[in-house]
Amino acid sequence: KVLQLEIPGMEECLNVASSIEALSSVDSVMMLYPFFYRPPSLRLEAGWHLFPLERYYQQITSQWRLSSINRDFSACPTYPPAVIVPAAVDDEALRKAARFRQGGRFPVLSYYHRKNGTVMLRSSQPLTGPNRKRCREDELLLGTVLDEGERGFIIDTRSAQAAKQARMTGGGTEPKASYPRWKRLHRPLERGRPLQESFAKLVDACNDTALTMDRWLSRLESCRWLSHVKAALSTACLAAQCLDREEACVLVHGAEGTDTTLLVTALAQLILDPGCRTLAGFQGLLEREWIEAGHPFHLRCARSAYSHARLKQEAPLFLLFLDCVWQLSRQFPFSLEFGEQLLLTLFDNAYASSYGTFLGNNEKERCLCKVKESTHSLWAWLNEPGEKKKYLNPLYSHNALVIWPSVEPQSIQLWQGLFFRWIRSSEYLDEAWAEIQRLVENDDTSVEESAGNGQSQAPLDTTAQTENKR
Amino acid sequence: MKVAGNTKGRVENVRLLDRVSSRKAALGTLYLTATHVIFVENASETRKETWVLHSQISSIEKQATTATGCPLLIRCKNFQVIHLIIPQERDCHDVYISLIRLARPVKYEELYCFSFNPKLDKEERERGWKLVDLNEEYNRMGIPNNYWQISDVNRDYGVCDSYPTEVYVPKSATAHIIVGSSKFRSRRRFPALSYYCKDNNTSICRSSQPLSGFSARCLEDEQMLQAIRKANPGSDFLYVVDTRPKLNAMANRAAGKGYENEDNYSNIKFQFIGIENIHVMRNSLQKMLEVCELKSPSMSDFLWGLENSGWLKHIKAIMDAGIFIAKAVAEEGVSVLVHCSDGWDRTAQVCSVASLLLDPYYRTMKGFMVLIEKDWVSFGHKFNHRYGNLDGDPKEISPVIDQFIECVWQLMEQFPCAFEFNERFLIHVQHHIYSCQFGNFLCNSQKERRELKIQERTYSLWAHLWKNRADYLNPLYRSDHSQTQATLHPQIASCNFLYKFWSGMYNRFEKGMHPRQSVTDYLMAVKEETQQLEEELEVLGERLASLQKVQSNDNKVKSKQQDQNKELGRSTSNISLANTPQEYNSNLKSFPSRSPSQGDEEDSALILTQDNLKSSDPDLSANSDQESGVEDLSCRSPSNGGCLPSEDSGKDSDEAVFLAV
Repeated sequence: KVLQLEIPGMEECLNVASSIEALSSVDSVMMLYPFFYRPPSLRLEAGWHLFPLERYYQQITSQWRLSSINRDFSACPTYPPAVIVPAAVDDEALRKAARFRQGGRFPVLSYYHRKNGTVMLRSSQPLTGPNRKRCREDELLLGTVLDEGERGFIIDTRSAQAAKQARMTGGGTEPKASYPRWKRLHRPLERGRPLQESFAKLVDACNDTALTMDRWLSRLESCRWLSHVKAALSTACLAAQCLDREEACVLVHGAEGTDTTLLVTALAQLILDPGCRTLAGFQGLLEREWIEAGHPFHLRCARSAYSHARLKQEAPLFLLFLDCVWQLSRQFPFSLEFGEQLLLTLFDNAYASSYGTFLGNNEKERCLCKVKESTHSLWAWLNEPGEKKKYLNPLYSHNALVIWPSVEPQSIQLWQGLFFRWIRSSEYLDEAWAEIQRLVENDDTSVEESAGNGQSQAPLDTTAQTENKR
Repeated sequence: MKVAGNTKGRVENVRLLDRVSSRKAALGTLYLTATHVIFVENASETRKETWVLHSQISSIEKQATTATGCPLLIRCKNFQVIHLIIPQERDCHDVYISLIRLARPVKYEELYCFSFNPKLDKEERERGWKLVDLNEEYNRMGIPNNYWQISDVNRDYGVCDSYPTEVYVPKSATAHIIVGSSKFRSRRRFPALSYYCKDNNTSICRSSQPLSGFSARCLEDEQMLQAIRKANPGSDFLYVVDTRPKLNAMANRAAGKGYENEDNYSNIKFQFIGIENIHVMRNSLQKMLEVCELKSPSMSDFLWGLENSGWLKHIKAIMDAGIFIAKAVAEEGVSVLVHCSDGWDRTAQVCSVASLLLDPYYRTMKGFMVLIEKDWVSFGHKFNHRYGNLDGDPKEISPVIDQFIECVWQLMEQFPCAFEFNERFLIHVQHHIYSCQFGNFLCNSQKERRELKIQERTYSLWAHLWKNRADYLNPLYRSDHSQTQATLHPQIASCNFLYKFWSGMYNRFEKGMHPRQSVTDYLMAVKEETQQLEEELEVLGERLASLQKVQSNDNKVKSKQQDQNKELGRSTSNISLANTPQEYNSNLKSFPSRSPSQGDEEDSALILTQDNLKSSDPDLSANSDQESGVEDLSCRSPSNGGCLPSEDSGKDSDEAVFLAV
């Protein structure tokens, strides 16, 4: 979105510009707006503890335990205080494994696939380095995940080449010899600068009014954004396929394990787990897989597409995730409980927010700044009944199945609702959306009216039906 | 089963390859009949059948024999591609030779519509043909009136053999002027009325190019244009729109044709709109289909290929021309004369796009049929040549009406509530333009159709579609909606992104690519359910009143009935949720195994959907004021498969429908 202001007087104009410049890049987290924002209707503490990891842990079998090894953020500064790890591995071994992984991000449970008990883990790259170092505890940790005779898959979000090169700087990947039961798959996903450039180019192209139809598609192609969307979805599908179809455990990591890793694990869960496709479930997923998992929001989402070159850490990974979610919602219009509006709101808040939810880079920073004590949670606001209604998808109906999206180029579309939000008029599409809402609500009310004392049994029946049909 | 030619009509152990993943193949038997190619899978539980009409076959390609057999590639005009592997080279050759003959009939009588028998009696057939009546349509536009009249100058096709017998012209244009003007126009296609806007007396007229060469003039032609201008007293000039690129029009001058000289005609404004000719369009489609056929293309391959094909650029050019004309008529109140070279391809496209934008009637199902009948069928669009119904010059073939149908779809995407019909309707119309199952689109002109006595010997597509209209309604359409009533104003400036690739059409047989859940079908089910419940409520209300004394009893009845209802509604919505895993094999090459059951699962789900919706249809069609349309927002393409009645199999369900009646 570009606002064009006309200000009389050169001097005033410069003053305004420098003030905006200074105000929009406040250095201290504590001076940011969320610390001063006090909406009357919300309580400060509301919404901060909606999704404790403890509750997620309750769904998981006894082979896993909740470890508080990171209570004081000493094992890994970017992990939350509590993590789920194999029950057979004690905290001491975890500490050693953490030293073998970049930034201390040792393998932790990201998702438990209840259907067959397989799990998805995530971590950062192992620090094998040029001397091919090994770490017994790390090998043990991954070994205990697999039962006798089972094999697992490691999805590395870098190319084999890049992973090999990372050894020169102390990183690397799991060598076959030390992890014989894990098969490595390389699925390179772009991040960092190239992704940021792709985003900036796309926004440029979308705002270029001089572009003609015969150049538009090649311009779109040269942005490569849709290629990134396709690659991210494909990789997430691969992870989901390993879990659901191959019934094998999966470990996902790239380099730091805070960017593409989270993109893949979060998307895979959305594809596999109907629980993540509800409004509350999706918020829980974001909380677990993005916020607590230590995606550096503060560094990645500072200036959006118009970022200065000096902000090297800027990268729209979270946006890429939202775009992929939008693609899923387009292909499965009934399967997500929330609509496009929620994705847009999340995008807005990740970049500039009155709420503290996306502040800082990890739980440790948020703890230091007392974010939870002195700012409001975005979730508290979104879950206000009046607000919540805006984000619900009127067509939603629980779908217990895995939603396998198509990743053919023909099926992947540019997210117009975001990239052309301020360019095109969405009047007619909004009308259509209102009409859908009206139709569905009409139906609901007449069902209610006539069903009077309707039984809540119906949903059960239908699940049974679906089962039969399959 | 009739066997074609002297080949045997049956080949066993043929494999049908899946277009997306070549490793997936179905084993079965191939049959050739007089009208169809049929492939029946061996798998005992499904016995899935694929039917392809001979008239749908666009090209047949026999590839080099491999270890596994002899590959045969059949490309269809409805964008289906069938890849067969026949074990014996000899069999393959026989099939190839037979199909080449069968796919290119030389006589109209060989076409399917002459043997297709939906078991309707004579009266029903005649009623079917009367469903669309063009005189009625001109009356609806307010004609004849003080300015316009019907002319019988062409009553026995004496002036122009590609025009209809009944032509509407300005009242002041005498027979002398018309005949004189016709002599100055290519193929004697003189200016005639296509659309009239009674609110401001403006009109859209159409013709072919003038035979002006470098300096020729024709007084009658000049008078004709003046008569058209004067029929609109509100404006002192007339737009003449030449839909060709300027270069093409200038080249025509050398051949004694060309365009109007503004100096010779009083008060015209001349305008070129560069839409390319049929040869460019044919190549463009060809290139785009090659992109669609790529095996697991990357995003870049796809976008580059799509741009290089130029297809969307051409679509936009046609839309822009339509928008220009609609604006002249609605906003400036100026009449427009449109022509290209012969005035039967680009002119038809542009006039019908403009009419669609201007008049909400054409956005209803009936109105759309009328529009095609008016601008395409009656004005001599050469269906036979363009769509290759009979064996002919391949250079005459071009996807002209396909482009118009795509323009409608692009508009539906932008105005989801404006159309009474849905995407499936467009796809089925496209299918039948090529299928030759109905007589509507046979031949190149009304004259030829009358000579063949088409209406006595074949059936009308419109009646068939009308009978099944419940399948084609857009649930979002409301006749009282603002989008529905007014002129549509598509965004023009910098809106390239609005033109999208139509995978629902060009990849419609690759079902895995489409949204797995159809919003249209779901909403239709919801609407129907709502209505049913409301009716039920009414009935129950009445009963309640009459049974007030026996209240307790009544309650039981009520709750019981609702339970039933509830189940019905839910199951509909739930089935449409059915989804199936997709293949990610392109990215999983290193992966060991995959589950075999996917295809079957999908099919069964689809069949269930169809059954379910079908069973509910009768109720729907009883209410003709139910709405319709195109879904969109987050999902396109209801063609997702489930409820496509006919396409997949060309014949089976169409016939089934008829037989059931």
